[in-house]
Amino acid sequence: MRYTPHTERDVKEMLGVIGAALPEIFEACGIPERAGSARSIDGITGGILSEEGLSALETERELKRIAAKNKVYGAVFLGAGAYNHYIPPVVRHITANPRFVTAYTPYQPELSQGILQAIFEYQSGIVRLTGLDVSNASMYDGAASAAEAVLMCVADKPGDILISEGVNPEVRAVVAAYLGGTGRSVTLAPLTEDGLTDAAFIAARGNAACCLIQQPNYYGNIEDAKAFGALLNGNGVRYIMHSYPTALGILASPGECGADFATGEGQPLGLPLSFGGPYLGYIAAREKYVRKMTGRIVGETTDREGRTVYVLTLQAREQHIRREKASSSICSNEALCALAAAVYLCALGKNGFRAVAADCFDKAHYLAEKLERAGLRLKYKNAEFFNEFVTVSDSKKSSRILKLLDEADILGGLKLNEREILWCATEMNDKKQIDGLAELVERV
Amino acid sequence: MRLIFDKSVKDRACVTLPASEIPVYSVKNAGFLRIAAAELPEVSELDLVRHYDALSARAYGVDSGFYPLGSCTMKYNPKLHESMAGLCGFTDIHPLQDETTVQGALEVVYLLTEYLKEITGMDDGSLQPAAGAHGEFTSLLMTDAYFRSKGERRKKILVPDSAHGTNPASAAMAGFSVVNIPSRRDGLVDLNALRAETDGGVAALMLTNPNTLGLYEKNIAEIAEIIHANDSLLYYDGANLNAVMGKIRPGDMGFDIMHINLHKTFSAPHGGGGPGSGPVLCKSFLRDFLPYPLVGASEGGYGFLKPPKKSVGKVRSFYGNFLVALKAFAYIIALGRGGIRDAAEKAVLNANYMCALVSEFLEAPFGGARMNKTEVSECGGEGGCAGSFECAAESEKSKKFGGACMHEFVVSAEKLKVDTGVSALDIAKALIDYGMHPPTVYFPLTVHEALMFEPTETESKETIDAAAAALREIVGEAAKNPEKIKNAPFTAHVGRPDEVKAARKPVLAR
Repeated sequence: MRYTPHTERDVKEMLGVIGAALPEIFEACGIPERAGSARSIDGITGGILSEEGLSALETERELKRIAAKNKVYGAVFLGAGAYNHYIPPVVRHITANPRFVTAYTPYQPELSQGILQAIFEYQSGIVRLTGLDVSNASMYDGAASAAEAVLMCVADKPGDILISEGVNPEVRAVVAAYLGGTGRSVTLAPLTEDGLTDAAFIAARGNAACCLIQQPNYYGNIEDAKAFGALLNGNGVRYIMHSYPTALGILASPGECGADFATGEGQPLGLPLSFGGPYLGYIAAREKYVRKMTGRIVGETTDREGRTVYVLTLQAREQHIRREKASSSICSNEALCALAAAVYLCALGKNGFRAVAADCFDKAHYLAEKLERAGLRLKYKNAEFFNEFVTVSDSKKSSRILKLLDEADILGGLKLNEREILWCATEMNDKKQIDGLAELVERV
Repeated sequence: MRLIFDKSVKDRACVTLPASEIPVYSVKNAGFLRIAAAELPEVSELDLVRHYDALSARAYGVDSGFYPLGSCTMKYNPKLHESMAGLCGFTDIHPLQDETTVQGALEVVYLLTEYLKEITGMDDGSLQPAAGAHGEFTSLLMTDAYFRSKGERRKKILVPDSAHGTNPASAAMAGFSVVNIPSRRDGLVDLNALRAETDGGVAALMLTNPNTLGLYEKNIAEIAEIIHANDSLLYYDGANLNAVMGKIRPGDMGFDIMHINLHKTFSAPHGGGGPGSGPVLCKSFLRDFLPYPLVGASEGGYGFLKPPKKSVGKVRSFYGNFLVALKAFAYIIALGRGGIRDAAEKAVLNANYMCALVSEFLEAPFGGARMNKTEVSECGGEGGCAGSFECAAESEKSKKFGGACMHEFVVSAEKLKVDTGVSALDIAKALIDYGMHPPTVYFPLTVHEALMFEPTETESKETIDAAAAALREIVGEAAKNPEKIKNAPFTAHVGRPDEVKAARKPVLAR
């Protein structure tokens, strides 16, 4: 395939205007013909790439062949950081609009009001969802959001970096990597027997710089996020609440819990699972942190005629102005994913969003009851959970359960070990699926 | 235009969920519950569709018209890729599925990494970073880990003054201090300054080649020698890889580690600011520091490898922006080696052609005079010879062809501004009235009143002719009626925004 439109005549005319042949241009730049080594793809010796490439039809065939090697399950009960939710078709239709898809970052406000307003509406949606004051225009993913929130917290504050053991291990790993440049390390706050973050451990570290709590936590348990807010606010420890956004349909918002920062994975807001990406990190903060905030932010202003317009603002925080003094190096973000999230929030609306959260809660509790009847035990009896929970079994091996489900076209939960599985249910799982799954588990 | 929130009507709905067939459960601890519901808009599907249709009419993409935004490689994004990235075999797979059930996805990750290795001349890589700056940050974490593993403490990163802002910002984020290296008047790295700053504390030099002026750092072999003689690393910012892919490889130039912007060079769309994808590639001696997990191939199929011994860990959950990588994969297999080389050649052809046309009325400080007109007389002056500062030492040949740029070029409106008061920004805004996206302005910081054009290879001669004609008219108008250009654009939905007000009293949500 070639996506270059040049005819031979075009090339000749253009080179005539330039006054040199193509090899001469490259040579004048300092790249002589056959500059590459024998290993290079310049055609001297063969590599793994074909010289001629493929036609569009062949490319399509090849990708369909590859796609067919992936198994798409009829029912999904796996979460652990990526969630199978209903995506109203209108979300994909709107986000497929080429004027959104093929635009660059909206540096030219006169040509980009549509993108800027869409991001402003996304920010507004996140502010409303989290109950905090400001949101940026998006981060790479939830883990990167948490990591950048930690960096913001510790930039001007000494002390421990407390991270709950209930935070998803993927997120913890990313936070640890991001801290590599600061020389500061993490203090892991353990979980109690009930699968909840140990409040006494955190209370004993009143001089900490910040504390990261996940809601609901990795094991699905609902943390007493308000109590942590009271505790951390009282000690002057910056509170980062990392939430599954769907859960915020019914659970107390970070704002209500006293969080300084709200972060989380935005994938559940209208983005498909897509083998892990592209996803969307959301990050919101109290007003007082706005000038330290990471990433792009869209603000409202007026033009000369007094019309309301939107622009990228507070750019003095950013890399293209501040260079090494910027609050982060982030440039490209996840704008199109943020657009999907904004459309998703509108498509569900105030009542629909709450209803999805309630449905996830109900489905997971129904599933838990069914699995208990099928012979599994709930690991954390004294904690409440949202839509994920851990089961334990002495007789039914996790791998056997999951294999049997796989054969029935069901993607089971996450195997924590041979006795324990982390299950997830969402609005996508109907009664029939859940009953069917429980029957299979009973047979193991 | 009104916000979607202002179109909300109580109890209007777009999506209806199925009626529940199971019991209702409730949270026992009422303190866990949300008190105030999130005030999300209540609209119908048609309300929503019309709202976003109106917003899209106020947006502008590559599909809308010419988008010569320098440094951003706004090439056409083939529709085939979008269709393929929408296949349910790619969108509906969970990142934690057993690896035997995602062999196709792993094949894409594995093969794309192999192709990128071949194109760049590197030995290994990871697709995990989600954007270019993320790739820079990851590489610098690796650089730091590499020196620590050798028991060395090197905390300085050298960055040319013409570098992208992300370079110094990523370095600082990874815990380094930044030392700026001045450019010579010809726009290339000042080797003497480089030698002077290269000491035992230097971990790496970050370089874009061709650089942000669209000039190839022809002294790259010498630069590599200076850096390697000091046991420092040479880092390649892949933002401008489009100019040289298929022609010459960073790995062969002497670079040790690099990132690629799949959303620039390999035609994945920019999405209004993202998602991107910024794979990191490195020479074999840095392999052990790559983020995990990496994918390997064996006779039994594809699978995740054990984390490299000294891995910097993870910079993003799971495996990066998979669907973006998939689009790049489709692009590479469709183009093949020949197509990749052709893309670079046509990108350079288009830029030189446009530069030749535009430099007739706007000064091109680093090149762009028609090559057969660029004579020895240009040397030593401010003219168009790429080797002007060191011309005495250069061959006759390079004098003759001194006007060449690579995939992008910079012109300066400094003289026009002195003469008429019309600035680079004004010219950029006036282009909007011709239905085109403005170029990058005021970058690189080393050129006054800079306008930076990157036409890319997918644009036709006619489009470039039209853009050059529009610029000629604007510059002509600036001389006659400067106030008109200073107030442009006139055809956009809004006039120039009050950016000071936006920053002074921020309104960031409603």
